[in-house]
Amino acid sequence: MAQRIVVDPITRIEGHLRIDAEIDNGFISKAWSSGQMWRGIEVILKGRDPRDAWLFTQRICGVCTTVHALASVRCVENALGLEIPINAQYIRNMVQAIHALHDHIVHFYVLSALDWVDVVSALSADINKTVQLAESISNWPNNSANRFKAVQAKVQAIVDSGQLGPFANAYWGHPAMALPPEANLMAVSHYLEALDYQRKADQALAIISGKNPHAQNMSVGGVTAAINLDNENTLNMERLYWVKQLVEEVKGFINQVYLVDVIAIAALYKDWLPYGAGVTNYLAVPDMVLDTKAETFDLPGGTIMGGDLGTLKSFTSFNDPYFKDNVVECISRSWYDGDWTRPPYQEETVPHYTDFQDDAKYSWIKAPRFQGEPMQVGPLAQVMVGYAQGHEMTKKYVDYALSQISTIAGVQVGPGALHSTIGRHGARAIRSAMMADLALKHWQLLVDNIGKGDLEIFNKPTFPKGEIQGFGFHEAPRGALSHWIVIKDGVIKNYQCVVPSTWNAGPRDDKDKAGPYESSLVGNPIADPDQPLEVLRTIHSFDPCIACAVHMLDPDGKELIKVNAL
Amino acid sequence: MSHHDFGKEGNVKVNRRTFIKGCTMAAAALGLSETMVPKLVEAAASDQRPPVVWLHFQECTGCTEALLRASHPDIGRLILDIISLDYHETVMAAAGHQAEKSLHDAINKYQGKFICVVEGGIPTKDGGIYCKIGGKTAMDILAEVAPKSAAVIAIGSCASYGGIQAADPNPTGAVGVQDLVKGTPVINIPGCPPNPICFLGTVLHFLTFKRLPRTDQLGRPLFAYGRRIHDQCERRAHFDEGRFAEQFGDKGHLEGYCLYKVGCKGPGTFSNCPAVRFNDVGAWPVSVGHGCIGCTEPGFWDTMTPFYERLPGVNIPGGDGIATGASSAGKKILGVTAAAVGIHAAVGIGKRIIGGKGSTSDEQE
Repeated sequence: MAQRIVVDPITRIEGHLRIDAEIDNGFISKAWSSGQMWRGIEVILKGRDPRDAWLFTQRICGVCTTVHALASVRCVENALGLEIPINAQYIRNMVQAIHALHDHIVHFYVLSALDWVDVVSALSADINKTVQLAESISNWPNNSANRFKAVQAKVQAIVDSGQLGPFANAYWGHPAMALPPEANLMAVSHYLEALDYQRKADQALAIISGKNPHAQNMSVGGVTAAINLDNENTLNMERLYWVKQLVEEVKGFINQVYLVDVIAIAALYKDWLPYGAGVTNYLAVPDMVLDTKAETFDLPGGTIMGGDLGTLKSFTSFNDPYFKDNVVECISRSWYDGDWTRPPYQEETVPHYTDFQDDAKYSWIKAPRFQGEPMQVGPLAQVMVGYAQGHEMTKKYVDYALSQISTIAGVQVGPGALHSTIGRHGARAIRSAMMADLALKHWQLLVDNIGKGDLEIFNKPTFPKGEIQGFGFHEAPRGALSHWIVIKDGVIKNYQCVVPSTWNAGPRDDKDKAGPYESSLVGNPIADPDQPLEVLRTIHSFDPCIACAVHMLDPDGKELIKVNAL
Repeated sequence: MSHHDFGKEGNVKVNRRTFIKGCTMAAAALGLSETMVPKLVEAAASDQRPPVVWLHFQECTGCTEALLRASHPDIGRLILDIISLDYHETVMAAAGHQAEKSLHDAINKYQGKFICVVEGGIPTKDGGIYCKIGGKTAMDILAEVAPKSAAVIAIGSCASYGGIQAADPNPTGAVGVQDLVKGTPVINIPGCPPNPICFLGTVLHFLTFKRLPRTDQLGRPLFAYGRRIHDQCERRAHFDEGRFAEQFGDKGHLEGYCLYKVGCKGPGTFSNCPAVRFNDVGAWPVSVGHGCIGCTEPGFWDTMTPFYERLPGVNIPGGDGIATGASSAGKKILGVTAAAVGIHAAVGIGKRIIGGKGSTSDEQE
């Protein structure tokens, strides 16, 4: 007989998420994903100045702290048909790439490593064997005996103090924990180092964006970061070289530590490679723009259906109708009034809370669909689309990672293994390596262009009388993000965000098709229903961001609230 | 590795020199004399690490992310050496029932002793159903945890004043901690997000003196929010001489002139941003050519918007005339403010006051 478990709160994520699962003979047979918070930011945007929208939508999420800013300015520019100067594109690209470095490092180490790494087991690691293990897979200079000894002593001291803090009541010694003590010690050491390297990425970001989180250098029409090589209050070569140095340091950590750790964990947990595929329709949007019109990109975008790379269809510009005409959202199973599926421009949503109902409404998150299908978004989608297109940089890192995993695991691991919980971690590490390369490439493009004497950063937006609409997309760290705006007489009439975690964490739709979180849990083993570590593994692999996922709008400003069955 | 100094013996204590340096900087930020440094060191390095329970409500995790970026003390040192972070959903290893257990263990074992940090607004409309954790509303959780704490630190503009979700028309009836919690000392560290230095300075002050630092009328510590941004800005001389950027990318903007005319809200905003800056790289919004948006002020989403219009009521020197509240932008701003005040009053009807153990902070004005 199936046993029902509820995991609420899901921790080590952004926001408030509840997961319900039915367990049959040790495996999950059915699952529900439920967003537990609603703020109504799109309601608040109505009637405001479209130039302000990016600062509001940015506050949807402080983890994805640059992404809503980028998508927002792009949707207003799309509505206006406004090109932006190439310097502004490069600066935005650097913001995008450097933020991704921070985000992915934090996700792997702080938010998900403890699903795979047993901190307490690190206490019984042999120091010399730990050094041997680390040196066999990486030449990172900090993998030294003294370093590992100090980390082990630190863990011992915390355990001895009896104040375990964030490590209390966790899953140490859980039967699904499979790493040898030496791998655990190495990983704990890298966890602590990751805290330093994520900060370096932030510092690089703050130099070009004023502060971080919540960068403050964007504007509809470009960026505000003035470039003047002869002024101390602007971007000059002192500032720019500091950015470059910090990015190079972070790139070293990604290539020699993060990517290597993910490869090692994938190989040592090879039994987990078959789990967690779920929805294998993938959606990624093109980004890292190379021209003022946004028609050429360094990162490819497109769709893949049913896990078949042969079905690839690409998106080619910021205006591509293949994207614009195929995105809808369904609220059949979401806490909004009614039962409809509509394109974002036409959504009209009224909250309608019913509490958790398995067979009816159970989440604040909506269910986005592409041509009627649920889609998985995120680094894995981007890597799949890039791999299918033969994108050189993607192919280079994917082939490297798969060959390393195969060597350590002692079995041949091919691209098919990427459709999995561990594949999502692998793709994120691969994307980090790509973004470090691209951050430096776009730094050079910016400096070369400045060298030609071009200091332009801004084209002034002018809002016409009457109604216009536009959409803007962005490949965020958690995947394809799009903002949709309707502007009337220069003020916001409608605003809608279709967010990566909405694609992934959304509930079932009117045809009872489950969303990616829900599908990916089915078939996962559960060793101990009282300690559902395996649920966390698969959910964390998506990098959930629930503040992002939950949003709504009401274009008519009518009575918003109906509450049923509290 | 270089940044975590484990000491020669590989012991738990952080490198003492670096640690004292951090405490000295904190003392300076707090306006304390150097003679107080040993007391700060002692407080921060005591054997029993003070327990902290961190609650997340209607928020974006930006305040936690800000803390992740702090350098003195850095996050590793803070949570492993200085405090005991017993509940924090973003970093804790446990989830579900195990996480709930951590919360209950901490608030019962350390009743009256732990610091409660709140990140995010609290929705009060419709019984608070717009934010639930472990099946309970944010209001219920706050009512259970806050009265058992020694003090509440509201981190960020959402926990302080309701924040972005409280902007007109405040669809969920969001409010700040101080609107609900009475009887337990509450201090506000607003900002979107706040500079982590302001939060950490407050924590170290509390650990040292067992009481909260002095505040202004809005509940903000004076050491961080005592002066106007405009009065500390490196571009102030340009304002005084009438040199302005008129549009992003124009000559004045490239020359680093005053940003008032492109919307800077520095003249109406109290914070130490120009003095302490962000992320240890000497940066703040004005250093990348963008005006201040007033994010440490209550209701700034309504009172400081449109962000790219001039703040009304500021006299401009330098012969360019005087911009007053009579400008079209000013009307818009004032109109929204009036609406926001109305909404705030309406929200009050649905509020519940969370009673406490009867103590108050005599430090707060």
